[in-house]
This record gives sequence, C-alpha cells and structure tokens, in this order.
Amino acid sequence: MALRKHQEQQTQSPVPDDWFVPIQKNDSEAEAVVRPSLSYWQDAWRRLLKNKLAMMGLFFLSFLTFMAIFGPIISPHTVDHQDLVNQNLPPSSEHWFGTDELGRDVFTRTWYGARISLFVGIAAALIDFLIGVIYGGIAGYRGGRTDHYMMRVIEVLYGLPYLLVVILISVVMGPSLATIIFALTITGWIGMARIVRGQVLQIKNYEFVLASKTFGTKTGRIIRKNLLPNTMGPIIVQMTLSVPSAIFAEAFLSFLGLGIQAPLASWGSMASDALPVILSGDWWRLFFPAFFISMTMFSFNVLGDGLQDALDPKLRR
Amino acid sequence: MLQYIIKRLGSMAVTLLVIITLTFFLMHSIPGSPFNEERATSEAVQKNLESYYHLDEPLYVQYFLYLKSVATFDFGPSIKKSSQTVNEMLGRGFPVSFELGMVTLIVAIFSGILLGIIAALRHNGIIDYLAMTIAVVGISVPNFVLATLLIQQLAVTWGLLPPATWASPKHMILPTLALATGPMAIIARLTRASMMEVLTQDYIRTAKAKGLSPVKIVFKHALKNALLPVVTILGSLAASILTGTFVIEKIFAIPGMGKYFVESINQRDYPVIMGTTIFYSTMLIVMLFLVDLAYGILDPRIKLHKKEGK
Repeated sequence: MALRKHQEQQTQSPVPDDWFVPIQKNDSEAEAVVRPSLSYWQDAWRRLLKNKLAMMGLFFLSFLTFMAIFGPIISPHTVDHQDLVNQNLPPSSEHWFGTDELGRDVFTRTWYGARISLFVGIAAALIDFLIGVIYGGIAGYRGGRTDHYMMRVIEVLYGLPYLLVVILISVVMGPSLATIIFALTITGWIGMARIVRGQVLQIKNYEFVLASKTFGTKTGRIIRKNLLPNTMGPIIVQMTLSVPSAIFAEAFLSFLGLGIQAPLASWGSMASDALPVILSGDWWRLFFPAFFISMTMFSFNVLGDGLQDALDPKLRR
Repeated sequence: MLQYIIKRLGSMAVTLLVIITLTFFLMHSIPGSPFNEERATSEAVQKNLESYYHLDEPLYVQYFLYLKSVATFDFGPSIKKSSQTVNEMLGRGFPVSFELGMVTLIVAIFSGILLGIIAALRHNGIIDYLAMTIAVVGISVPNFVLATLLIQQLAVTWGLLPPATWASPKHMILPTLALATGPMAIIARLTRASMMEVLTQDYIRTAKAKGLSPVKIVFKHALKNALLPVVTILGSLAASILTGTFVIEKIFAIPGMGKYFVESINQRDYPVIMGTTIFYSTMLIVMLFLVDLAYGILDPRIKLHKKEGK
C-alpha cells in the first residue's frame, strides 16, 4: 500500500486523491434483488408476448372462438334455412359470404362450421391429453417390466396408420360427431403418452422427488404434484399441435364423405360440397371454409412453435 | 443389428395381425349382409351366395379362412363389382399410385431440402422469410384446397395444363404439385433448423478456415449431418403422402389405388376396404422399418441393438 502511494505522488496523476470519495454503501441494499423474480410461467408468457407470429396466431384464434360463439347469433339467417330462389349468390350486403346451391347462407354456415371444427379439435386434444398423461405417467413412473410391456403395446399401435384407422372406424360406426372424435382419439393419444413417459422417466430421479418420497407421499400425489407440473411445457406444445391435426383429419374425413353430414356443416364438408361448383366460378363457396381451415392450421402451428420456444427451460434468460 | 432386425420383424408381424384382426371384426360387426338389399333374391340363390362367400360359417371360421387367404396374398372377390377380385383392382391401381407417390416423394425431398438450405444460408434475409412463408403456407393449406385452386387457375382459367387424369408427364404436374407441397414444407423447415445448427459447429469453421468453397462446405460437409433429422420423418411423411393420394386421386380422377379405396368406402364394398387397408398398412409398416434401418446405418451415434435399453 505504502509503495503504491509513493508511486502516485511521484507520477503526480492529474486526478488528485481527494476526488475519490467512498460512496455511502449500505450492505443490506447491495444484497437486494433488483430484477423482479419471474416464475416459470410468467417468464414463458413474457417470451411468448415478444413472438409476433405466435401472438398473431393467438389473436386470430381468439377472434375465431368469438365468432364461432356469436357469428351464428348476429347473422340474420339460420344454418339450415333453404331459400331456393337465392341459389349460389355471390357475397352481398344481404348474404355476407354468399349462398350455396340450396340458398343457405354461407356466413352462418362458416361460423357454425367453426364451432364443429374447433369442438372436434379441442375435444380430441383433451381426450388425447387425459389418456396420454395417465398411460405415459404410469409407464414412466412404474418403469421396469410394467414400462416394458406398456411400451410394447404402444409400439404395435404406433404401426397402425392413423388416418386408415380413422376411416375404418367411421365406416363401421356411421358418420357422426361422436364417431369422428372417437376415431381420432383411438390412436391419437400415443404421441402424448410417449412424451409424458419420456419426461417422467427423466424427472422421477431428481432429488426433490426423492425428498417427497421420504416424507411418505403417496404415488398418486407424487405424480400429480411433483411430476406432472414439470412436464407441462412439452405437454402443452403437444396439445397445441394436436388440435390442428384433429381439425385437419376432420376436414379430410368430411371431404371423403365420412364426416359431418348435412344439414350440419363443418369446414371440410363445406369445402367438399363446393368442389363441383368451383369451376363455374362460384369462388366464395370454397374460399371461406378453405381460408378459415388454413388460417386455423396456421395459427395453431405458429402458436405451437412459439410455445415450444417460450416453454423450453433451456432457452430461459 | 441382426437381433434388432429380428425383434422389429416380430413386432411388425404383431402389428399386421392386429390390423387384419381389427379390420376383419370391424367389417363383420356391421349389421346386415351385403346380399339382402334392393333386389329380392330367392332363398336358394341367397344360400348359394352365402356359401360361396363363406358367410354361412361361424365367424371364427371365417376369420381363419380370411387369415389363410391373406397369408397367400389373396384378398378375395369384390362384392359390388362381381367380376373383379380385390387383387385385380390392387394390381391395376398400385402402379399408378406408386408412380404418383414416388414422384411426389422425390419432388418433395429435393425441393424441400433445397429450400431449407437456401433459407439457412440467408438466415433472416428476405429469401429466408420468403422460403419460410412458403413453408408455413404449405403446412397450413390442406391439399384438397390446393388441388382445387391449381385446377381452377392453371388448368381452367389459363389452360396451361390438363385438369385431370393420368396420361402423360404433363398430366402429372398438377397432382404432384398439390400432393408434394405439404411434405416439402415440413422438410424445408426441418432442413433449415438442422442446417443452421450444423453451420455453427467447429468442423464447419475449420472447413471455412481451410479455404473451401461455400458450395463444397454446404454440400460435402454440412448437408450430411443436417439431413439426419429429415431421415427420421421420412416414414411419417410417406404415410401422409399415401393418405393424401386418396383425396388427390379422387379430385384428379386418377385411376389409382386411392380412387378404388374411396369408391369402396362409399359403396361399402367390404372385401375391397379390407384388402386395401391391409395392403396400405403393410406398405407403411415396411416403410417405417426401412427408415429406422437407414437411420441406424447413417448415424454412427446410434447403435440399433442397444436401443432396447432406453
């Protein structure tokens, strides 16, 4: 110390020593955390908000849900009211999206179709979620022989071609809303079960689970309170991506004539009905259902991508 | 490796058996017989028909008879088109569908990979955004919508290409385009993501430092590793192309297997539905198996026989 003071005096620094005043430092203040602590979900939400594309998807889906609920109500026409004088009219102030070959209002039918398409997608995703979480949770948590046999079953089911099974079931059970949802979930839960199993296998060996076990917590509670909340990220991503695939499958089935039957409408059946008239220039018949199918697929896909980034703990900053 | 192959063959056989059993009992759980509609047939004719198709036997006997005939690749006669057998229909439809599927797969793989590479190299540039917009649209628009739009614009309004059927290479353009866009988009996104990851790795920097040309770096060094994730999804992609052919063949009036399948569904021609389902499933299962094998060979990090322990 003394040596350094000696050197400074010798070099005569332009900054005099008395300029240096110790700041009033408070030890307890230095320990304070300035940046607000964010929970995992707050942080994920903050990152999702920054993702413009994902927010666009979220906004469109909210709009869609709103219109699916209120669209048929604000329209002056009903879903199955036939008006044979006004067939195949282009969009006008009376029929906002035009009319079809039976004079039914396409605007009303589009939003009615939104109800059915969204219902099919969300119901299928929820059922997939329930079965997948239970099956994957048990397989992953029990491990060993149970896991081995449960995974053999999945392996066999995984080989079944998804849409072929869906078609077969629809042929046998006859076309209806319940059939479609049943057919979609019969092999749809496999992806979810695999994801949950993989996550649970990994997390169940962490110390906090061991701690919980030593307290004598029951298995069901460990799965519900310790394991599942930590696997929620991948599960939510999987769900957002399984909704559009269910909607797509419904459109596909309706297109083959195995889906929703008239007088009900779904986007798939509307698009299918519009095929014969598209060549005569009645573009609105195909455009509206096709546009909303595409936008819904798009929104769920970008939202799923955004959630994947937002919920990935490795990307957390 | 051999152990893995044997194990997989075993599980494939089980899956196939499940499919055959499932289709058989599903089809036979539908009430009514195929012969008691419209035309009133005499008692004797009815009896004869039923014994010809073995419908008078108990269900489990019919099941084993069917298993036996499937094992010898005989799917039986069609009920609605009495002069034809399911085998004949498959034999006629398969080459066309195979052609459509293969051309589509090749187009999708090459254009998808190319699009993905370009997007990765011009990361965050205009070309990247353009390529990814095409990719997102490709994923979002169902192929039957795309097919209709293509027919309406390119074939009807502008008259550039024939709108339907399967006669010359010119006829193949529209159906292939409609069917390939979705898979192409998926491949492009995947290639872009893995390419971007690979390009940051040390050995690429080494290659650059050695002064290799960018073309050589991308195609000789980076692409090999970047394509591994693409290989894994080839199986499910082939499945989606296969189911896509049902719709595309219906729209373009292409005389392939998919068209027969859709027709048989609408006419409730059960032997044809069963036969085509089993045929399709077999193809898909074999394809998934081949993809897994290819992946094991391509990626030195994976030891197939150790997969069991995971």
